[in-house]
Amino acid sequence: MARFVLRRLAGMVLVLFAISVIVFVIFNVIPNSDPAQRMAGKEATPQLVAAITEEWGFDEPLPVQYLKTMKLVFSGELVSYSSGLDVDEQILEGMPATLSLAIGAALIWMFFGIVFGYLSAVRAGGLTDRALTILAVIGISMPVFWLAAIFLYYLTYKVELFPASGYVPLTENPLDWAYHLVLPWVTVAILYVGLYSRVLRSNMLDSMDAEHVRTARAKGLGERQVMRRHVLRNSLIPTVTLFGLDFGAAVGGSALLTETIFSLHGVGQYAIESTLGLDLPPIMGVTLYAAFFIVFFNALVDIAYAYLDPRIRLGSSAR
Amino acid sequence: MSRGPASLAWRRLRGNHVALAAAAVFILIVAFVLAAPLWSSGVADTGPNATHTVEKVEVDGKQREVVSPNGTPIGPLWFGAGGKFFLGADGRLGRDEMVRLMYGGRTSLLIGILAGLLATVLATVAALLAGFYRGWVDAVISRCLDLAWSFPVLLLGIALGAALAVGGLQVGPIEISSGSILLPILIIGTVFTPYVARPLRGEVLALREREFVEAATAQGAGPLRLMLSELLPNLWSTIIVFFTLVVANSMLLEASLSFVGVGVQPPNSSWGAMISSGFKLLYTTPLLTVLPGLMILLTVLSLNIFGDALRDALDPRSRVRLEVEAHTGRYEPGSEVA
Repeated sequence: MARFVLRRLAGMVLVLFAISVIVFVIFNVIPNSDPAQRMAGKEATPQLVAAITEEWGFDEPLPVQYLKTMKLVFSGELVSYSSGLDVDEQILEGMPATLSLAIGAALIWMFFGIVFGYLSAVRAGGLTDRALTILAVIGISMPVFWLAAIFLYYLTYKVELFPASGYVPLTENPLDWAYHLVLPWVTVAILYVGLYSRVLRSNMLDSMDAEHVRTARAKGLGERQVMRRHVLRNSLIPTVTLFGLDFGAAVGGSALLTETIFSLHGVGQYAIESTLGLDLPPIMGVTLYAAFFIVFFNALVDIAYAYLDPRIRLGSSAR
Repeated sequence: MSRGPASLAWRRLRGNHVALAAAAVFILIVAFVLAAPLWSSGVADTGPNATHTVEKVEVDGKQREVVSPNGTPIGPLWFGAGGKFFLGADGRLGRDEMVRLMYGGRTSLLIGILAGLLATVLATVAALLAGFYRGWVDAVISRCLDLAWSFPVLLLGIALGAALAVGGLQVGPIEISSGSILLPILIIGTVFTPYVARPLRGEVLALREREFVEAATAQGAGPLRLMLSELLPNLWSTIIVFFTLVVANSMLLEASLSFVGVGVQPPNSSWGAMISSGFKLLYTTPLLTVLPGLMILLTVLSLNIFGDALRDALDPRSRVRLEVEAHTGRYEPGSEVA
């Protein structure tokens, strides 16, 4: 196990390095304009541009530029030149809102995904089954920010069911926190519930014919116990894998736009507002941190798997 | 008489009424956006960017302001003014929403289709090279594809869009200015390439072991002929399915990028950009947000349903597996569930 963890972590470090190079190339090498001018933002004075050139090393060879850039990002000195605000501080400030949204939405979509998936597998071809197929395909066909805007208009303005916007810290008032987050949670979760239930359903249908299920029936277990203990449990594994992958994507994807529409003032909204102002240092910071988070999260998922399922770690070290 | 796989697939597809309806919806939408100049000059008598801020329009014999003094645009007039402002005006500038919806759809569809094409072509080339040569070529290509997985699609798109929004792109003699719609096409196409390349590579790897490849090699076929006339024809069905799904996803990504201002730049417009500008008037004129989003939903939905059915028709066994890939864009052993 220890060997697997070490191998996985070493691989992760390599990937992190490669990612930092890609981000560096995207922001500092590919674009066709003076990088200092770009970093400085829209209202840049020549002095500021000169200072940025010096600080980021834009007049030096690329490897030096890369090192200076990484030093700026990871020493917490990355600053937005248009707003004067420290990027790391802003990201930290936005984390509670973003994580509240992502984790809450993830719990909702996993819970309903499993419940609906189970129901539609038990009654394949029934009404639930068909409704879920439709929900799944609509869910992946909508721009999430559009759905958020529709909810915002109809459920907070037309019918004042929910508060329109804002984030209330959990520590301040847990009830208010949840109340403000219900709509954003539902918005993000809706996209995934249909898909997850479909995946679980097809897994369950596949494993219903498996031999261990036949054995379970043969030894006289009730239908419900067979379904829950033997079919559902085994079918959850791919769903959990998918979840490990989607959670990172949700944090850096749909949650980004959703929190902007609902003004949750999280990391996503910070990134989007910086994008609208073409303020590059924050975008760079957020992209890099998000990619790091996802790589790290995926490594954790892998390690958790290897712990739960010995076949994985044995398979990897044998390769 | 024996039937070829294409004809069998067509027979399966023909029996799927939902898929045919989806195809019909998509064709209608394409016709709708293609009719833009006709509607624009023949009915609405205005262009997508023509402003009518202080003008009045005659509705059933009464003069009405296109934009009221407080900035609220006129609502849908249907045929009240002979088709002018059929869906109302789009905001302070008083542009014709219907005309903009038609022209915006052209941009959205064009970007979706071209980005889809770019991603599929790049992915096919990468998959053929990696799967055919294997060894270090495969290692390099696969590691590059793996890396792209670490970035959320949207964030990568935003990063590229924002970085290129100031000065555009210059690669050798090719220069793309920052306002060109080639830029979002390039960005979106690149971002989706790995998601198509990975499953294709797997398929090439499997095909390469088959007897017909060995037979062709024995006949003296070189690498190029093996790749193009032996392997590629066997990939078509997967490529076509992925193309449909990538077009759908490209349209969604375009909408998101335009929504945050790094996609389509004015004076061009797209459905995503229209949602973005409509959102500012959400509480006074929600229609401006609802309509373009509805168009995106209809288009993407029809493509997704059709792509889904196409895959069933071409390979009835692969149902959920590709759905998962198309959504998450990932091809992991764990998600292989069909």
